[in-house]
Amino acid sequence: MIWAVGGFLALGILFGLVGNLGVLRFPDPYTRLHASAKCSTTTVLSVFIAGLLLEGFSVLSGRILVIALFFLLTGPVTAHIIGRRAWKRGVVPWRRPKGRQP
Amino acid sequence: MDVRLLLDLAVYALAAITVLSAVRVVIGPTPEDRLIGLNLVASQVLAILVLLALRQKQAVYLDVALVYAILGYIGILAIARHVDKGEQG
Repeated sequence: MIWAVGGFLALGILFGLVGNLGVLRFPDPYTRLHASAKCSTTTVLSVFIAGLLLEGFSVLSGRILVIALFFLLTGPVTAHIIGRRAWKRGVVPWRRPKGRQP
Repeated sequence: MDVRLLLDLAVYALAAITVLSAVRVVIGPTPEDRLIGLNLVASQVLAILVLLALRQKQAVYLDVALVYAILGYIGILAIARHVDKGEQG
């Protein structure tokens, strides 16, 4: 069981590393929002699954389930609100500069 | 392997990762970039709080984590809708 817990923690840390590097390196707010939304949800839920596996059925795991449900509801809403604000404020999406091939 | 050592390592790794998005909060050119960084920092601090609760076996940390999640959501919503609003938001 401890190997499963360690595996889920390592998975969460890997997702967090990739998401934070994306937020740091991507060129405009929309792509950064993409990296942030996916990777924050997967990081937090991987850590919560590791906690549930570690704890079994107790007071702690019930509260962890409540927090996971709340986070699962509010993460996409926050991403949508930020993206809508950027779009209404007129942030221009990034395009590849002319003459540069991918 | 000890469970507490594993949780300690996970807390340290998450805290080290969070620095990267805190850098985005500081240098972000637009306000939306700062909001994205704040959202990511809040979610990783939530994960760190849950890991600390599991390490100390205390349910009080989980209450703190739930209130932190709710306040982070409402705070980011309020900043996104009412601070520095050019148009109708």
